[in-house]
Amino acid sequence: MSALSPNRSQQDVERAVRQALEHVAPEIDFDGIDLDAELIEGVDLDSMDFLNVVTALDELLGVSVPERDYPRLHTLRAMIDYLVSHG
Amino acid sequence: MSAELVYAMPSMGADMEQGTVLEWLVSPGDAVHRGDVVARIDTEKAEVDAEIWMEGVVVALLAQPGEWLPVGAPLARIAAPDRTQQPTFSDATQPAAAPVTSPVLERPLTLAEPSHEAATFSPLVRHDAERLGVDLRRVHGSGVGGAVTRKDLLSSGLAPLPAAGEDCFVRASPYARRLADHAGVALRGLSGSGPAGAVLARDVPAAGESSAVEHANASTAPRPGREDRTVRIRRATAELMARSHREIPHYYLTLDVDLSALLSRLAERNAARPPAARLLPAAALLAATARAAAEAPALNGHWLADGFHPADGVDLGVAVSLRGGGLVAPVLAAAQAASLEELMERLRVLVQRARSNTLRSSDLAMPSVTVTNLGGATGARGTLGGAAGVDSVLPIIYPPQVAMVGFGQIRERPWAVEGMLTVRSVVTVSLAADHRASDGHVGARFLTTLATKLNDLATEKAPT
Repeated sequence: MSALSPNRSQQDVERAVRQALEHVAPEIDFDGIDLDAELIEGVDLDSMDFLNVVTALDELLGVSVPERDYPRLHTLRAMIDYLVSHG
Repeated sequence: MSAELVYAMPSMGADMEQGTVLEWLVSPGDAVHRGDVVARIDTEKAEVDAEIWMEGVVVALLAQPGEWLPVGAPLARIAAPDRTQQPTFSDATQPAAAPVTSPVLERPLTLAEPSHEAATFSPLVRHDAERLGVDLRRVHGSGVGGAVTRKDLLSSGLAPLPAAGEDCFVRASPYARRLADHAGVALRGLSGSGPAGAVLARDVPAAGESSAVEHANASTAPRPGREDRTVRIRRATAELMARSHREIPHYYLTLDVDLSALLSRLAERNAARPPAARLLPAAALLAATARAAAEAPALNGHWLADGFHPADGVDLGVAVSLRGGGLVAPVLAAAQAASLEELMERLRVLVQRARSNTLRSSDLAMPSVTVTNLGGATGARGTLGGAAGVDSVLPIIYPPQVAMVGFGQIRERPWAVEGMLTVRSVVTVSLAADHRASDGHVGARFLTTLATKLNDLATEKAPT
C-alpha cells in the first residue's frame, strides 16, 4: 500500500538503495540479503557508513531522510518502504 | 644549471618498512608539481597514491614496479628548475632513515586540503582524463561531494571507444594489469569480478595459484596477493603493538563526559541540513581533542632517541577500521585550527579513501597524536539504536607518538545533576600516555580541558 510518486517507482528505489549500500559495503552480495535482517548489524555499518548511505539516497532519489527517522531505516525492506512513501 | 633531487620512498605509516611502486604515473620528461600524485605505491598494508613535494622535471625513474624497497630508498631523479626555487623543505636529500628518527619527513609545508579536493579533480583522475582526451567538467561526479571518480570517467560515455586490443581502457587493478602482462594475457578477454566488472588479480589466469608471482628481476620479498595482504596488515600491526608495549611505559586515565547539550546542538543544526552537510558527533570529538592537545604539548609530539620533540600543531591521527579487517590511521593535519564543518568534511574524505584503498601518502604522514575507536563513527557498530560497542577503550600508543585518545560508545547513562538523578548521553574518554614524556597530572588536565572544549562546542555561536 505504498504511495508511488509519479517520478519514482519501487524499482527505482530498490536500485538506489542497492547502489547506496554497495557504495559503503562493496563486498556484500545484496542479491541474497534478507530483506528483514537488521542492516547496521548485518552489514556492519558504523555511523559514517550510515550517513554515507543516507547521503547517497539523497543524491539518487532526492529524499533527504531527517536524523529522527534514521531508526526507521533499520532493514532493507523498511528502508525501501520508507523511501517509496516519502518520495 | 639545474640541481637534481631524489624522490625517495615515503614513510606512510609508523609500521611501514618497505614499499613497492605498483604503477608510475609520470615518465621521464614530465613536469611535476608539489602535491602531484606520481605513483601508486603498495605499503604492504595499503595501496596509496603517492604525492611528490618537489617542483621540477622527471629525469629518470629508478624503481621498477614490483620491486620492494625500504623507506627512504631512491625512486626517481627530479631536475629542479633553478637552485633558488628549490623548496626549503625537501624530502629529497634525507638519508634512508627509519621513520622513527624523522617523523615529519613527508609532511607537506602547506595544509593537506582534502575538503577542496572533494569538489575538484584528483590528480589520478586528471591524469586519466588527459590520457583519454576527456573534459572533466563534462563528467558527472558520483564521488564524495560530487567528485569525479575514475569510474565516472570511464562510464561517462565521453571517453573514446577503445580500439581493439587497447587494454589501457579496461577497468582493472594495477596488480591485475601486471599479472596479465606477465602471463601474456589480454585484459579485454577477461571477465572481471571486481566492482563494475573490474578485472582483479584473481581473474587473471595462471595468477590464482600462487600468491607470490614474481617478476624475473623483482626483489626477494614475496609479491602481495589479496589473501596475503590481510596477513601482512595483521603482522605489521602486531609488530608495532608489541614494540609499543615493550618500549613505552603507558599510564591510563579516563573521564566520563556528558554530551547531551552538544548532541542536541548538533541535532538542531542537522535538522536544517541535507545529509551531505550534516555533522557526526565524531567530528566534535575530534575537534575537541585537537584543541585540547594544542594546549598539552607533553602529549602532542614524538619521543625519539634524543628525547621528546613537541609538535608544532596537532596532526591528529584517526584510527579507521577497514572492512574485512585491519586498522589504518590517516592524519588530519593541523586539526586544532580547523572548524567543525571542515573536520567533518575532511574526516569523510579520509574514511572514504581509507576504505576504498585510495589514500594519499600525505594522508599517511606521521600524526602528532592519535584518536581511536570513535565510538561507532569509524569502527565499532553504529550508535544508531544499536547497543553494540564498548564503554571505553584503553589504547596502545603508536610509537614514536606519546599519547593516544580513545572514545567509547555514546550511551544513555544515569547521571547526577544538582543532587537529582537523571539520564544523560555520556561518553567515556580515555587517555593512554607515555610516562617518559608526561605524568598523570598533565594527563588529567588534558582530559578536563577536552571536556571543556566539548562543552564550548555545545554552546559556541553557529558559524554564518
